[in-house]
Amino acid sequence: MLSAGTRRSVTGAHLGPGPFLPAAIRRQMAAKRQHEKVAFGVLWLLALLLLVPLVGIVGYLVVGGLPAISWEFLTQGPKDMMRSGGIFPAIAGTLLLVLGSSLVAVPLGVAGGLYLSEYARPTLFTRLVRLAVVNLAGVPSVVYGLFGLSLFVFFLKMGVSVMAGSLTLGLMVLPVVIAATEEAARNVPQSHRHASLALGATKWHTVRHVVLPGAMPGILTGIILAVSRAAGETAPIMFTAAAFFLPRLPQSPFDPVMALPYHLYVLSTEVAQADPKVRLGTALVLVTLVLASNLVAIILRSRMRARLGGGGV
Amino acid sequence: MSRDPSSEAAEAASLQVTPAGPHPTPRPAPPKVVVRPRPEPGRTPRRAPAPEAAAEIKIRTEALSVWYGSMPAIKDVTISFERNRITALIGPSGCGKSTFLRALNRMNEVIPGTRTKGRVFLDGKDIYAPGVDPVEVRRRVGMVFQRPNPFPFSIFDNVAYGPRRHGVTSTSELYAIVERSLKEAALWDEVSDRLRSPALNLSGGQQQRLCIARALAVRPEVLLMDEPASALDPVATGRIEDLMNELKKNYTIIIVTHNMQQAGRVSDRTGFFLHGELVEYGPTEEMFTRPKDPRTEAYITGRFG
Repeated sequence: MLSAGTRRSVTGAHLGPGPFLPAAIRRQMAAKRQHEKVAFGVLWLLALLLLVPLVGIVGYLVVGGLPAISWEFLTQGPKDMMRSGGIFPAIAGTLLLVLGSSLVAVPLGVAGGLYLSEYARPTLFTRLVRLAVVNLAGVPSVVYGLFGLSLFVFFLKMGVSVMAGSLTLGLMVLPVVIAATEEAARNVPQSHRHASLALGATKWHTVRHVVLPGAMPGILTGIILAVSRAAGETAPIMFTAAAFFLPRLPQSPFDPVMALPYHLYVLSTEVAQADPKVRLGTALVLVTLVLASNLVAIILRSRMRARLGGGGV
Repeated sequence: MSRDPSSEAAEAASLQVTPAGPHPTPRPAPPKVVVRPRPEPGRTPRRAPAPEAAAEIKIRTEALSVWYGSMPAIKDVTISFERNRITALIGPSGCGKSTFLRALNRMNEVIPGTRTKGRVFLDGKDIYAPGVDPVEVRRRVGMVFQRPNPFPFSIFDNVAYGPRRHGVTSTSELYAIVERSLKEAALWDEVSDRLRSPALNLSGGQQQRLCIARALAVRPEVLLMDEPASALDPVATGRIEDLMNELKKNYTIIIVTHNMQQAGRVSDRTGFFLHGELVEYGPTEEMFTRPKDPRTEAYITGRFG
């Protein structure tokens, strides 16, 4: 191996002033470069694969559902046993449920997250709370549905209603908001807290005027994740809020509503000879709502970061 | 130890160039000699030698000790700081000088696991006495940190932060405070036309002066500075030092520094800390020319640290 290299030394000498490289090592390096190219190619392909499901799903929905979308579809109630007509009550219901669940989850979740990050001392109680949050996040959504049914619908006598559904969905997404808030608050540099306290600000002032603004982009991300999830879940509202068919808007928080995911479920399983266009159109509207809310979050967050300036430190 | 004044001056002159070297750190190679303040044109002339007895005590500690958990960081330190003077605290890393500084405005309490014993008198009143609100102490004893730590807000909102928390709401009043503080911190001319732009867009030296302005905006009586120039280049360091000389007319300044040239240049009195104890304390000129304790001499001549 070395002798082969030594023989080639003369030809390799002009390449540089350093010790020449034996042929075997040069071959090895060429092989390494080859490996690198292969590895890069594989990773690139895998990254490309990530796009396939999203593009596939959206493409399928657009191709199949777009023909169903019309002004009437978006603004009218269903007709003909939901085989035709529009889905406006379902859109409105989903928006109501999202709004209601946010009213539950955002104040509680942000407060809880700030408490865990800023005030909680490392006691047994704190550890129990954290454990509870983590486990709540792992409870299947249908269990939330059953829980909401027995607590809100029956025990608190709210009936199947926007109220009961919002509370159930709110509880379901609460851990998401708590975890996002805590994480975002922890990422606010300690030096900012110290600067505030050294100016004679109280702890609460520091949390309210330094930690909360600094954590806002992260909190917002958590809220939007929660909203997307609340908008898309079927199981928690199936027993607590959703009406099979209700061609009008709820008149009070204690009325049931139609909702997009449940409507989709009904269209797919209960309605005989439903037009697949209506189904796919409904799904397209739901997906568009969720993606749009994600987009809004991304824009808001980047604007907020720009306003905070500098980006880091 | 006594030195020939002419050779000392020559050595001091030779040292003058070192801080402008290519390295960004303001701390040059271990100084072989006692460093004197450098006479530099355009700088505020150094203070007149302080008459010893006349000065009024602004803040003093009595048998102050601080522990991190069970580890003592400060042991039994008794020291007095004079009004409208700059006092430098020097010593090797980990000697407790920063911990000591934070004890003076009760900022150690922010760090979990610290315990403080002893007393600190601000204008004769013990700030650790029961019933004293640490929030009020910190308003009166301001602090500038080692690394510039502006909030990610605008320049204006940074300076207005303290006054707002203390109840100032009128915009014109806030504006007046911001202008006055930025002028005091010698930053006004550079930022007056962009008060609404993010503070984090400023250079490191400007950020540190902004932090000084922010601290001044709540009208503290004492200003604690924890190595305020250690993250800055020599030019920015010079500006901060000039600024300190201006500020001492209205404030009592205590500065922790690693840089002995800096201590020599700016301070009236110097305290030397080692292993959590105050080894020596006295007028800066005396400390740097005739240290009484052999450990002080060993440190300032660069034999350790």
